Amino acid sequence: MSANEPSPNDAPLYFAREPIFPRRISGKFRSLKWVLMAIMLGIYYITPWIRWDRGAALPDQAVLLDLANRRFFFFGLEIWPHEFYFVAGLLIMAGLGLFLFTSALGRIWCGYACPQTVWTDLYILVERWVEGDRNNRIRLHRQAWNAEKIRKRLIKWGLWLFIGLATGGAWVFYFTDAPTLLSDLLTGDASPIAYTTIAIATATTFAFGGFAREQMCIYACPWPRIQAAMMDEDTITIAYREWRGEPRGKLQKNEKLAEGQGDCIDCMACVNVCPMGIDIRNGQQLECITCGLCIDACNEMMDKIGKPRGLVGYMALKDEANERAGNKVTNIWKHVLRPRTLLYFTLWAGFGVALVVALFLRSPLDFNVTPNRDPLFVTQSDGTIRNIYTLRIRNKHGSEESFRISVSSEDEAQAKALKLTLEGQEGDTVTVPADQLYNQRLYLEAAPGSNFADAKRSDIKIWVEQVGVEEPVRDSADTVFNGKGN
Amino acid sequence: MSKKPTTKKEVQTTGHQWDGIEELNTPLPRWWLWTFYATIVWGVAYSIAMPAWPIFASGATPGVLGSSTRADVDKEIAKFAEMNKPIEDKLVATDLNAIANDPELVTYTRNAGAAVFRTWCAQCHGAGAGGNKGFPSLLDGDWLHGGSLETIYNDVLHGIRDPKDPDTLPVANMPAHLDDQLLEPAQIDDVVQYVLKISGQTADEAKATAGQQLFADNCVVCHGEDAKGNVETGAPNLTDGIWLYGGDAATITTTIQHGRGGVMPSWSWAEPGAKPRLSEAQIRAVASYVHSLGGGQ
Repeated sequence: MSANEPSPNDAPLYFAREPIFPRRISGKFRSLKWVLMAIMLGIYYITPWIRWDRGAALPDQAVLLDLANRRFFFFGLEIWPHEFYFVAGLLIMAGLGLFLFTSALGRIWCGYACPQTVWTDLYILVERWVEGDRNNRIRLHRQAWNAEKIRKRLIKWGLWLFIGLATGGAWVFYFTDAPTLLSDLLTGDASPIAYTTIAIATATTFAFGGFAREQMCIYACPWPRIQAAMMDEDTITIAYREWRGEPRGKLQKNEKLAEGQGDCIDCMACVNVCPMGIDIRNGQQLECITCGLCIDACNEMMDKIGKPRGLVGYMALKDEANERAGNKVTNIWKHVLRPRTLLYFTLWAGFGVALVVALFLRSPLDFNVTPNRDPLFVTQSDGTIRNIYTLRIRNKHGSEESFRISVSSEDEAQAKALKLTLEGQEGDTVTVPADQLYNQRLYLEAAPGSNFADAKRSDIKIWVEQVGVEEPVRDSADTVFNGKGN
Repeated sequence: MSKKPTTKKEVQTTGHQWDGIEELNTPLPRWWLWTFYATIVWGVAYSIAMPAWPIFASGATPGVLGSSTRADVDKEIAKFAEMNKPIEDKLVATDLNAIANDPELVTYTRNAGAAVFRTWCAQCHGAGAGGNKGFPSLLDGDWLHGGSLETIYNDVLHGIRDPKDPDTLPVANMPAHLDDQLLEPAQIDDVVQYVLKISGQTADEAKATAGQQLFADNCVVCHGEDAKGNVETGAPNLTDGIWLYGGDAATITTTIQHGRGGVMPSWSWAEPGAKPRLSEAQIRAVASYVHSLGGGQ
């Protein structure tokens, strides 16, 4: 490439983040966001401290991801590792739920519920307490470092760090008994993993909520890019009604709008409150998380100048032409209830119903049998043929339970004639401790000359049945008895 | 309609255009660049701190932090050995026959014993302890040298016919009747037919009858009058269906002609100053494990 050729490479490769100083605003959506923030932070911080009595053998924490024992406790539910499909099912439901909400209501997750948004909101609240509102913060940002700036910054960062610490601290309580861990953390007896996890969660909360903020949404998060595929003309999103607002212009001296002027008085209120630092009047933008704060800001101004609210508001893009022409717009329910959302809802509900059904069909007992294959059978001195089996009995009760083992076959007489021995146990009953998988070695012996001893292999069924209770659970497993064959 | 951007910076395009669609030339955020530089710094620092650069013939640069996954494994093993020490001490201090009464020791011997068995015993006796030709099955009730826990323990401890261990089980070999000219080939044939007969297989009646006297003269010392064997001498029962080397005429002939003398190594013996291959706790664990496989008496 020659030097004279005009080159697009003259454009800068990198640019610095422009700091954003969202102004304080009050209004319908801001109030909604405060309430949601309180609820969600409350759930996050309080959940690990809820107790749930499961008997002496099991932990009493309502929500616990017990990685060491490979169990997941959720109130009355206990998920074993082999039931991980419940977690997979919940994740699928969460995904479909996001699809549903996004196709109906746009980036409502980003604007109201995403942890990045919630914590950033909290951090901005703290920032405002310490450093004042938008103008004060801009002034502080521009001024040289002096005692005031250092003091305010240190207080702000200190509070942020404290919130980060509380966030990271709450995280680890989900994985082990919260009260025990708290006292261990304070006395320095907790495991290094706990401290490391807290340190990482604290650092990421501090950095993402305090400094990265909208950069996470714009550059790091894949979800905004995926969402574009869920949204269409019927999706409710935030838009500026430019046919009403334009041409924009400042208010006249007499506080009236000039002839031919639109409703937008170019007061920049919508821009100043935006946590993403964009101008909603430029139309749909990748950065917009549809948090609704620009709606609150614009409505406040419209009230002041005596114009109707809704210059910036939630709307479906499909209505634009009708609104522009002054025609009736489609009912919001017609936007929300359309084949696409109904399909998402049906899928979502289908998974939900399937999971609930699976939950109720779950047996408190799991049983399987592994016949020993090395060797297939053992010949005893008197010609008796012995088969060895490993029984895996999973007692999902919260208490120690006893189970009787028996054998059946199509050839009842042969099955009855089998001699059944449980290694290390008296009789045919095995006791399994609460909430455990128990391996029991079983011997079945066929007398010399019997059909089972002489046949190559015979199909049998091994049964396990709870004893000593009113309504015993029972289960069986198909397996084979190997004989000498010919 | 004026719809000029008010706050958004004008983004340049690359100048490329396809059907009126321009390609934006959006600059990257600067922090992204710094993150990239940080990964380079990290990469250099890491390769200095940790083992990184391969060196011909000597592995890799050791790294200034002295980290080594091999050393980590050793540390892990030492940690678990330390954790197992109390229960191993308890196992060694407990009377052999009292192990079964202690659930904690039962669990430990089943698991630790199985691990020892898989490492040291499975090569000959099979992973399932079902045995191989010349190496007895440990699952049945037929024991050459006795099936009590104590006997199994002693057999593991000192081995059988292990020339190195003076305490090894002093059992005689099966003599080589042909090689040592103890019997004529025809006589051996007669004995074979007799053994086939008493073990319930088809045999030449005339030869078997001739073999009976030869058996009485040569074999009963070890195998017993009734040929049911003797755990004291390690001589197997010849009347049942269990054969260490095989129960067909050809194998029995080979056995009588050339003799047998299977060796089980001693697991407690070691060169002076060396460590035995198995510790006392491991031997007790594996003996308990074998005893629990269904054949223990």
